[in-house]
Amino acid sequence: MDLSFSPEDEAFRREVHEFIANNYPERLKGKNRREFSEREDFLAWQKVLYKKGWVAPLWPKEYGGTGWSITQRYIFNEECARAETPQLLAFGLSMVGPVIYTFGNEAQKKRFLPGILSAEDWWCQGYSEPGSGSDLASLRTRAVREGDHYIVNGQKTWTTLAQYADWIFCLVRTDPNVKQQEGISFLLIDMKTPGITVKPIILMDGAHEVNEVFFDNVKVPAENLIGEENKGWTYAKFLLVNERSGIAGVARSKKQIERLKEIATSETVDGTPLIGTDEFARKIAELEIDLTALEFTELRTLAQEAKGKHAGPESSILKIKGTEVQQRITELTLEAVGYYAFPYARAFGDNEFPPGPDYAVGQSGTYFNMRKTSIYGGSNEIQRNIIAKAVLGL
Amino acid sequence: MDFSYSEEQTLLRNSVAKFLADHYDFESYKKISRSEAGWSRSVWKQFAELGLMAAPLPEEFGGLGGGAVDTMIIMEEFGRALVVEPFASTVVVGGGFLRHGGSAAQKEKWLSKIADGSTVMAFAFAEPEGRYNFADLTTTAKRNGSGYTLNGQKAVVLNAPHADVLIVSARTAGGRRDTKGVSVFLVDRNAKGVSTRDYPTIDGQRASEISFDNVDLPAEALLGTVDEGLGLIERVTDEAIAAHTAEAAGAMKVLLDTTVEYTKTRKQFGVPIGKFQVLQHRMVDMFIQAEQTTSMALMVTLKLDEGETERKKAASAAKVQLGKGGRFVGQQAVQLHGGMGMTDELNVGHYFKRLALLDTLYGNVDHHLKRYAALSD
Repeated sequence: MDLSFSPEDEAFRREVHEFIANNYPERLKGKNRREFSEREDFLAWQKVLYKKGWVAPLWPKEYGGTGWSITQRYIFNEECARAETPQLLAFGLSMVGPVIYTFGNEAQKKRFLPGILSAEDWWCQGYSEPGSGSDLASLRTRAVREGDHYIVNGQKTWTTLAQYADWIFCLVRTDPNVKQQEGISFLLIDMKTPGITVKPIILMDGAHEVNEVFFDNVKVPAENLIGEENKGWTYAKFLLVNERSGIAGVARSKKQIERLKEIATSETVDGTPLIGTDEFARKIAELEIDLTALEFTELRTLAQEAKGKHAGPESSILKIKGTEVQQRITELTLEAVGYYAFPYARAFGDNEFPPGPDYAVGQSGTYFNMRKTSIYGGSNEIQRNIIAKAVLGL
Repeated sequence: MDFSYSEEQTLLRNSVAKFLADHYDFESYKKISRSEAGWSRSVWKQFAELGLMAAPLPEEFGGLGGGAVDTMIIMEEFGRALVVEPFASTVVVGGGFLRHGGSAAQKEKWLSKIADGSTVMAFAFAEPEGRYNFADLTTTAKRNGSGYTLNGQKAVVLNAPHADVLIVSARTAGGRRDTKGVSVFLVDRNAKGVSTRDYPTIDGQRASEISFDNVDLPAEALLGTVDEGLGLIERVTDEAIAAHTAEAAGAMKVLLDTTVEYTKTRKQFGVPIGKFQVLQHRMVDMFIQAEQTTSMALMVTLKLDEGETERKKAASAAKVQLGKGGRFVGQQAVQLHGGMGMTDELNVGHYFKRLALLDTLYGNVDHHLKRYAALSD
């Protein structure tokens, strides 16, 4: 056991650091902190990494992965977080990509994987439905086989960034007459197909991130079925575990705590920096300690994975604690900016500066927005159920 | 001891509740707060016609003499409806400064205008770097003949875009943060040298950043005793804290009711999610927070006229409960509604935002814990 990095690791860190410094698009700097990222903003950084061959550290090398060790992946994540590069969209790279290379056929791998890596195809996730959130297996969007096509009817909701998507991967019901989990299939659907309508849902902070997606007699080629018909639940669960493994967000949270400390150094209480007051210093210390515990929990999980053991149900810890830490950071940031939590940043135009210090802009919106993290990707209540059942055997 | 409401007070609550049910449902709230003006002058006039502004004010100046209990009743109902009209800043704060600090002439001039709804006031106290200390002032008022010249900048002045009159704290003597040397002035918002930058707040209200550039104030602009304004500010803001605690209690009750209702109808795994014990206990904890906040609103309201230390401790205690309870109830209401709780469409997020910012107004939990502890020494 050893906590230090080898000289090779340190050299790798320098290489990553320099690459980011030289290649991170200038116009993106600072932008992901201040509101509305457009489609191209999300893609620009992915395209840079794609060219370098660094876009999919999680993928096996044969499909375009990097072949890095877990230490190298850790270093890479940390350097990206330090430079505050935009987070790569998970839907293609972390969600449907691994499903396709694990369960898809050769033709599907050839057709879809390159577009996911190059960011040519934007993917979104068709899982939740109005009546099926935590109880995902109750989903009702119907796909009926007709010749060499499926006809899809129904509705998905909370579909993140569907407004930009080229493709949606969907869980659909192909057999309504068997046990819920046994009648679900995993279907890839071109968003340009006639019969698909996308309607925005505005969140409480004013953001348009999620949508409703309606399917009205949408004709989908049968060759877009992943794996076997009615086996979709197996692939869906595989994807959900993958979704959880990246969700701890330790490196990003570290960077956010650094930001919080900068803010708490600038803000003063009766002339003393906020960070120098007992109450606030303790809160930050608690937060950092929580994050340290999470970091080592994640590292233990990664070390297991490196030995070929798949992350088990205990990875739900990463979702629960990861999101709790992220939410707490935004809560303390809101607290730190004092009265400048009030202005509604989205009401100001692009060239108009909201009142208060720059670092306060949009922080209250972020606090409200981040409440979603304990709801999405399997609510934290569901994650606790998973641990209770699958780990503790209750 | 008697916690029951008088017949008049019950009538008052019923009439406010009925008016809001008829004219201020959630859709009306959204429409009003997102309108160009950001508030409804016509609703304001109807509040006046119902006697709401007059209710707590003294009878000799056009009021109905109801006092702080009437304010509590009105504010709790306003909290239930997310009312954005400037009742607290005009009647509770403006009225409070005049009642406790105004000369006979000032009371005569302003209280009746507050009571009949013809004047709107906003309290400009916060500064870009002053945080929650009312004495941390860089705005100055310098003697100029018989009057004063006002210079400085105020931050996040709630309701200022709707106001005719600003109540402004400024330093008239001493150094920054000295407790002595703080004075309070009535300033015409349209006076020469006053410039405002108006904007919406994230919880559906309006506020302004205000600059005072050599604003001439007559002698009669001064409220209370020169240099001795800090005690007056604390007294009035403690009364405002009482009012906002009642507002928060109203908001929490709506969140609780909405959440309980939702979990009874939302089915997952074949049962209403309200059947899950883990969620039941969460809602019981929300209920406890809402009840504790209601209790604190009552406690502080009844202690506003006690000795200074008693009053301050009561206000700080209530504000701590407001902050902690509001955070818990708001966050859990969103969580239990799932994705729907995150939307702009549902009322849940709107109450959550109001509660979160009420924690900041006049000092957050940490500030009031410290104030309470210092008073208990």
